[in-house]
Amino acid sequence: MADAEISGLADAGACLSVTDVACAHHPSRRRRLSRLVLIALALLFFGLFLLLPLLAIFAQALSKGVSAYLDALIDPMAWAAIKLTLLIASIAVPLNLVFGATAAWAIAKFEFRGKSVLITLIDLPFAVSPVIAGLAFILIFGAQGGLGAYLRLHHIRVIFAVPGMVLATLFVTFPFIARELIPLMQAQGKDDEETALSLGASGWQIFWRVTLPNIRFGLLYGVLICNARAMGEFGAVSVVSGHIRGLTNTMPLHVEILFSEYNYAAAFAVASLLALLALATLAGKSFLEWRQPQLRQARREPS
Amino acid sequence: MSRLVRTSEGRSRLHTLPSIVAGALLLLGLGAASQLPAATVTLLNVSYDPTRELYEDYNKAFAAYWKAKTGDTVIVNQSHGGSATQARSVIDGLEADVVTLALAYDIDALATQGGLIPANWQERLPDNSTPYTSTIVFLVRKGNPKHIRDWSDLVRPGVSVITPNPKTSGGARWNYLAAWAWALKQPGGNDATAQAFVKELYHHVPVLDSGARGSTMTFVQRGIGDVLLAWENEALLAEKELGPSKFDIVAPSLSIVAEPPVSIVDRYVDQHGTRKVAEAYLKYLYSPEGQEIAAKHFYRPRDPPVAARYAKQFTHIPRLVTIDAVFGGWTKAQATHFADHGTFDKIYGQ
Amino acid sequence: MLTDELPSRARRILPGFGLSLGYTVVYLSLLVLIPLSAVFLRSLGLGWGHLWHAVAAPRVIASLRLSFGASLIAALLNAVFGLLLAWVLVRYRFPFRRIIDALLDLPFALPTAVAGIALTALYAPNGWLGGFLEPLGIDVAFTRLGIVVALIFIGLPFVVRTVQPVLEDLDQELEQAAATLGASERQIFARVILPALWPATLTGFALAFARAVGEYGSVIFIAGNMPMKSEIAPLLIVTRLEQYDYAGATAIAVVMLVLSFVLMLAINALQHWSLARHGGR
Repeated sequence: MADAEISGLADAGACLSVTDVACAHHPSRRRRLSRLVLIALALLFFGLFLLLPLLAIFAQALSKGVSAYLDALIDPMAWAAIKLTLLIASIAVPLNLVFGATAAWAIAKFEFRGKSVLITLIDLPFAVSPVIAGLAFILIFGAQGGLGAYLRLHHIRVIFAVPGMVLATLFVTFPFIARELIPLMQAQGKDDEETALSLGASGWQIFWRVTLPNIRFGLLYGVLICNARAMGEFGAVSVVSGHIRGLTNTMPLHVEILFSEYNYAAAFAVASLLALLALATLAGKSFLEWRQPQLRQARREPS
Repeated sequence: MSRLVRTSEGRSRLHTLPSIVAGALLLLGLGAASQLPAATVTLLNVSYDPTRELYEDYNKAFAAYWKAKTGDTVIVNQSHGGSATQARSVIDGLEADVVTLALAYDIDALATQGGLIPANWQERLPDNSTPYTSTIVFLVRKGNPKHIRDWSDLVRPGVSVITPNPKTSGGARWNYLAAWAWALKQPGGNDATAQAFVKELYHHVPVLDSGARGSTMTFVQRGIGDVLLAWENEALLAEKELGPSKFDIVAPSLSIVAEPPVSIVDRYVDQHGTRKVAEAYLKYLYSPEGQEIAAKHFYRPRDPPVAARYAKQFTHIPRLVTIDAVFGGWTKAQATHFADHGTFDKIYGQ
Repeated sequence: MLTDELPSRARRILPGFGLSLGYTVVYLSLLVLIPLSAVFLRSLGLGWGHLWHAVAAPRVIASLRLSFGASLIAALLNAVFGLLLAWVLVRYRFPFRRIIDALLDLPFALPTAVAGIALTALYAPNGWLGGFLEPLGIDVAFTRLGIVVALIFIGLPFVVRTVQPVLEDLDQELEQAAATLGASERQIFARVILPALWPATLTGFALAFARAVGEYGSVIFIAGNMPMKSEIAPLLIVTRLEQYDYAGATAIAVVMLVLSFVLMLAINALQHWSLARHGGR
């Protein structure tokens, strides 16, 4: 655009992109003020609702000093909770990973009737309160449930034990990886795979050597958020766990216990570990989005 | 075509998925392997809500004692919650080695509904299997701004009372019965007037938590209510933890002797092979050291010398009644008041 | 899609369809469909009379109204401020912009219980914000206001994240053209920009709403949990479970599930509309 036109636009207050050269040279005071107000308002909202809680976690955790902070973390109960959290995540995430990749393969590389129904069904756990997920598993595996008598007979413990907690976590984190991979693989199309097929590759070879490298960032992205949710799940796990300290308490459940025992500093100490995990997840997410900008498009749908 | 070219570089990335799987398996293995070293005994103590701090200390003491005596390591895992909920969980499959609950009826349920213990469980340990007792007191805000002195003050207009849900909490049921007992003992008191009083009382209760600790949190942390009906040990603990400058304890004119009993769970200790340790664990509660720990945590000890030493910290209640004398025992009380369609259901109308 | 037009034989040249679809359906059924149908079946086993009785109790109705009402308010606020945040992040440059953008996903990544205790600590009478608000007579912690605050937190990223890509893709020629025709800034925003963002905003709003309705961990610490006043529906389900009143718990769960599924279908329809209107470029 000619300079005259640009400055004309700027005078009309229509300079809308900050990278527009005219903006830098002819910012109107009114526009600068309104821009500042908008930024300030947005930052205020952000600071109040997001930043402050994050800071509060660390402030409370360190409120009794660094040594008390460290003591809270090496406490045997806290340590048992950390190990249990890791264990549950290490089972739930790979299982949902396999599912996510399989579902994305079926949905993205083939046409079939009922595809949109399948996608909607995969999204179901998002619409279900975590507490209801826990309830569902109690209804099936609890002593009064359908399988209750059979499980009692064979001394198989599901509810009030780790398997029940794994199931609840699996349910809640079920869609995450699938949701990342499906649009990604759909966007990437079938050309590469069909080419490989024509070159004589088998199904597995196609998947490992062609598809997987293409989706690796989306995969890692999905694993990252699936893991964050798996480690942080509270409601569903709380309902099925039995709250046995040292055995069936995950880190979020342990935080709740500490909080209700007047032990605020210790509760926030364990919480700060989870917060650090969250921040690491966010850093990983940002890095992966930078490497594969296509992932930002997936933001049209929720993570 | 560019993507196909990339696959040659992508080969190094092939390790991504296998290494994720390998990492997961490694964590799995670590988790499994770190469970327990051999030659260790684990007990699960399923307890009611306020005893967290008590058993934290007691378990350490018992472990030291057992190690010195037999050389074995004992790990005691705890689970806490409303007494009725805990009992129900044990019946439903939570494999407790010992139960330390808020009242005898909840342990009876393990016998009658679960077939997990014999019917005469209460005779197996001294004092009706109750190594320590407590009672019900009022916790009020500092300075007692609403001038709450006795049960009658709880139903004054504008007074808000915190007490837990009798359907889940043991402490709640002791509270309920203490209130009922007081109303019975008033001049002209009978079951009808008692029910009217308790009904009015519950109109003053804004929220029912599932356990005694939950109610304490509601009163103390959330600042809801003018008076908390609490286990004496819970009130004294709140005072200690949060500072005597925040609360006062008021002794009502009448209260009930609250007896929280203990028992091993025969079916599970035999299944786990932990009977010997479990029995010793409960017996140790009656030893001088066990009684001392209980007293330190504000539970009234049975042992006379220990009781004498700690007498001053407890609240003086002019009149103490027992459940047997006033209500004919727990089985009758539970059926009359807390079972389905009992007086609580009639009053609270959920 | 073009591939829809291909003959069905040509569509399935890649291997692994049967295996992958089969595995997907089985896993989905075992983990999601069967547990959810257990909830429905259990409630149907109660009979319509009992089911109605369990659901129509005043306490249940109050909790459902609170859950849905507070979620609505929080989602509306998130819609407004989410739009603002998206705008500011996409269109303006200022220090720390990238970090703020990355941090916006915190409510997704942070465990709900951690968010719950953090918010409680902040807004309790002796907290940083509570200590400031309480003398003004504004009680946040342990009231309905606290519930809304918690739901704002967990719904915060939804609108921002659905609007951002649309805003980034927005062709500024339209705005510049409107400007040359003499439109004021406000008119440009209302007539050109907002309509383009509207589907995405609505989608984000619906997502935030759906998430907030079922939220448990971040709310129960800051809520008063008083029946009829500040007790959310998921908490009531847990309370019924603790009393081993499976019937009551299941009844409430079924109502929530039905309402949430309707919501989800609406969201899907919205997303189709949004993509059709704006996405295919």
